Parts: sequence; structure tokens; C-alpha cells
Amino acid sequence: MNSFILGMDSQNVQKVIIGVFSLAAFALLWELMAIYVNNSFYLPRFTNVASAFFKVIQSAVFLNDVGISLYHFLIGFFFALLIGVPIGMAMGWFPILDKIFNPAVEIFRPIPPLAWIPFAIIWLKLMHQAAGFIIFMGMVFPIIISTYSGFKNVPRIYVEAAKVLNSATPSKLIRNVAIPAASPMILSGIKTAMGVGWMCLAASEMFGVSDSGIGYKIWFYYGIQAMDHVVVYMLILGFIGLFMDFFFRYFIQNRILKWQKGTVV
Amino acid sequence: MGELVIQNLSKIFKKGNQEVPALLNIDITVKDGEFVTILGPSGCGKTTLLRIIAGLETYTGGTVSLDGELITGPGPKRGMVFQEYSLFPWKTVLGNIMFGPLMRGVSKKEAEEKAFSYLELVGLSDFKNSYPYELSGGMKQRVAIARALANDPEILLMDEPFGALDAQTRNNLQNELLRIWQEEKRTIVFVTHSVDEAVFLSDRIVILSKRPGTIKKEIPIFIPLPRDRTRPEENRIRNEVLRLLDTNANPRPNE
Repeated sequence: MNSFILGMDSQNVQKVIIGVFSLAAFALLWELMAIYVNNSFYLPRFTNVASAFFKVIQSAVFLNDVGISLYHFLIGFFFALLIGVPIGMAMGWFPILDKIFNPAVEIFRPIPPLAWIPFAIIWLKLMHQAAGFIIFMGMVFPIIISTYSGFKNVPRIYVEAAKVLNSATPSKLIRNVAIPAASPMILSGIKTAMGVGWMCLAASEMFGVSDSGIGYKIWFYYGIQAMDHVVVYMLILGFIGLFMDFFFRYFIQNRILKWQKGTVV
Repeated sequence: MGELVIQNLSKIFKKGNQEVPALLNIDITVKDGEFVTILGPSGCGKTTLLRIIAGLETYTGGTVSLDGELITGPGPKRGMVFQEYSLFPWKTVLGNIMFGPLMRGVSKKEAEEKAFSYLELVGLSDFKNSYPYELSGGMKQRVAIARALANDPEILLMDEPFGALDAQTRNNLQNELLRIWQEEKRTIVFVTHSVDEAVFLSDRIVILSKRPGTIKKEIPIFIPLPRDRTRPEENRIRNEVLRLLDTNANPRPNE
């Protein structure tokens, strides 16, 4: 055994070993099924996908596609945070604003974000902003709702404790009590929104809102029947999503919420 | 200074069209440096009274003033220790204690020094960087006391602060509170439903009646500190208080 494995406790070693075997078995099963099906349009072979994968990630357009997709994603993410968090806070903290915003939010929230594609194209043309807009529509509501309920459920005891400690104005209470108290909820909403946004990304690029990006490439290779490349880009979408999730959990959530350790959430 | 004057105070809660009186004709004067306990059966409005003094609750009639200043909302002159654990879970012990001074505009360095000294006072210097979830119930309440004191209040309001603690921790914290009170010489208004606690701690016990709360009697205690939990002198007062609370007299089937 090498030091990499020796450095982990036996529970994790077991997890890694089983994981590797399970993936290998899955790949083998896939390969066998593809050989049996014998139709690369229906089911490309694992080995073909693997070699296409290495070809793709070495190509120059690959980084461009990933970059464009991340750009779309960040446009949506940025505006979803910029608009969703303040609206959620306002609705959660001031009952009158809750009453004002609530009807509109409730009407627009259930509309699937992809239903906005026609307007995205009319308003923003076939530009990156159009894809960003679809992603925004997918992300903004989970962020509003989680910020809203985080703010609504700030324990009263913390508000009162702050009030008797020179922090009685609304702005001080929001800054010093509501935001930290609601942060677990807000962050979990952002995490949900990132998942939704990533789904919208693939769809918006596929449905013609964009002329490049990972989702666009899936549609493009489907058009030329290169299904091994389709699978490669599907996997890349999955890997990036997985990485974002990991990054968010370990570098943001755990750091900001370290005070929560030991509590059951 | 920390002289609290409550005159003819009343509090009526409105529930729809119904008016539910919670407190009626309360007159209490607490002298600077005095330790007064408010005692009464549950639901008598003793917590409401304390919350009114803190400025967390409005009142319907009468006046409440501290050092001649009418109380209309929360203010730094009145510190509060709650029954529930009220430490901010997202702040460390030190961060919690520094909160009040920082909010008042004290410099960070000064707030930190202040926090250190009060942390020492409650004997938790080693836990300055711990988060509340890492502390026991008793430790949490000690930090809560330090947090309230670090804000330099004239009067410390305590709402059954040891109610959730086990008996032994409770006794320890009562002893510590007395030590802190003697060192700090601050006015304390303490709400409890424990007769033992009231007799052990206070200069004076104010006994409230059942809802609506009115003052039934004030009993000064002249036994010098430290008091004993089992001596006949203390027992005599305890019996008197228990009789006034008439927990056993006139039992009503619905209560």
C-alpha cells in the first residue's frame, strides 16, 4: 500500500476501494452492452467515449466551451444573488413587503425556467445574456425562498438579545442577527439554486439560446450523430456540477458555518 | 447609579376584542446596588414585568424609570440575561461578549479588553475562542452574564437564568452570581419561581399574586451573606414565602 492509502482511516480506504471497483464494473457492463447492441448511435462503447474524452479535453475548443458555459452560469448566478437575496430578506423581515411581493413571486415561481426561452431570445438575442437569463430564472426563486424563510425564522431570542445590547435598529438587527442566523438556510438555498442553474444551463444552450458552450456541443454532436462525443460532454457537465458542489460544501459552507458543527441540521 | 422606580404600572394584553390584564398597580422601587427578586406562580406576569423594564415589552399604564429616565425601549443601561440560551451561536464566546461594546461604538481593542476581564470574572478565560455549541448549559449562562455586564449596565435584569440548569450547577452559579454582584456592585432584578433561590440570593423578595399580577407582599431579608441553604433563619423566611404563594391552599380543580 502506498502512503496515500495509509494516510486515510480504514473506513475511507474501504470506501475508495469499493468505489473504484464499482465504477470499473459499471464501465465493463457498459462496454459489454454496447458490444451486444452493436450500434454506436444507440449506445456508444465505453472505450470510444473514453478515447473521445481524452481527445476532447486536449482540444482548444474544449476550454472555450467550458469557459463560455461557466460565463453563462456566472451571469445567471450573479444576478440571482443580486436580486434574490435582497428580495428574500425584505420579504422575510418586513411583513408589509412580504404582502407586496408575495403574489408576484408565487405566480412566477412555478413557471419552469425553460418556458422563458422565447422571451430570452427576443429580449436578449442570441447572446450570452440570453442563456444567463434562463439560468437566472432557474436560480433566483430558490434563493428568494430560502432567504425568505431564513429571515422569517430567525429565533426571537437572538433578536431580543441584540436589542438589549445596543443593536435595536432594523439595519443593525438585519446585519448582526438576521444575516448570520439565516446564513445556513441561505447557503443551502444557494446550493439548491446552483443545481437548478446547472440544469438550465444545459437546456438553454441546447435550445438555441447560445451558439457555444457545453450544452450547445451536446446538441451539435447529436446533430452529426457523434454520440460518443455527446456522452463526453454529458460527463463533463456532470463532473463540473460535482466539482462545484464539492467546492461549495467544503470551502464555503464548512468555513462560514463552522459554528454549526455538532448541531443537527 | 441604578435606581429603578416603577409606579402604578399596568399591562393589558389585547386578544381580539378581549382584554387580558397581566399586571395591575405595580409599585416597586429598587435602590442602587440592591438585589431584588420577583417571585410568583407561573403565569403571574413576572417575566412580563422584567421584559417591560428591559424595554422589550410596552406597558399600558403607569411609569417605569431608571435614574429618573422614563423607559421607552431597550437601552444600554439595562442588561438582560434570558432564561433560554441566548448566546449568538455564530459568534465565539469572546465575540459574544464583545458584541455590546462594539455596537455601542467602543473600539475593538477596548471591547476585547473588556471582554477578557469579564470572561475572567466568570472564570471562562480558557474558552474565549469556543463556540456556544461547545459549552455546557452552565457555561453558556456564565457567558451570558459576562456579555450583559460587558455592556456596563446600571441594572442587570435576570429572567430565571438558572431555570434550565441541574441542581448542582444551579447552586454553583448562585454562589458565583453573589460573588460577582458583590464585586461589581450593580443593581439586580432577578425573576424566579424558586423560593430557595430567592431566599439565598436577594436583599428583598417581591411576591406577585396569580394573574393578573399584583404585588402581594415585599419581604426584606436581613440575613447577611453568605447564606445557608438549611439554617432555621432562612427556613423561616422560606416558609413565610411559601405560605404567601399559597401553592397548596385553595386548590382549584382546573389549575
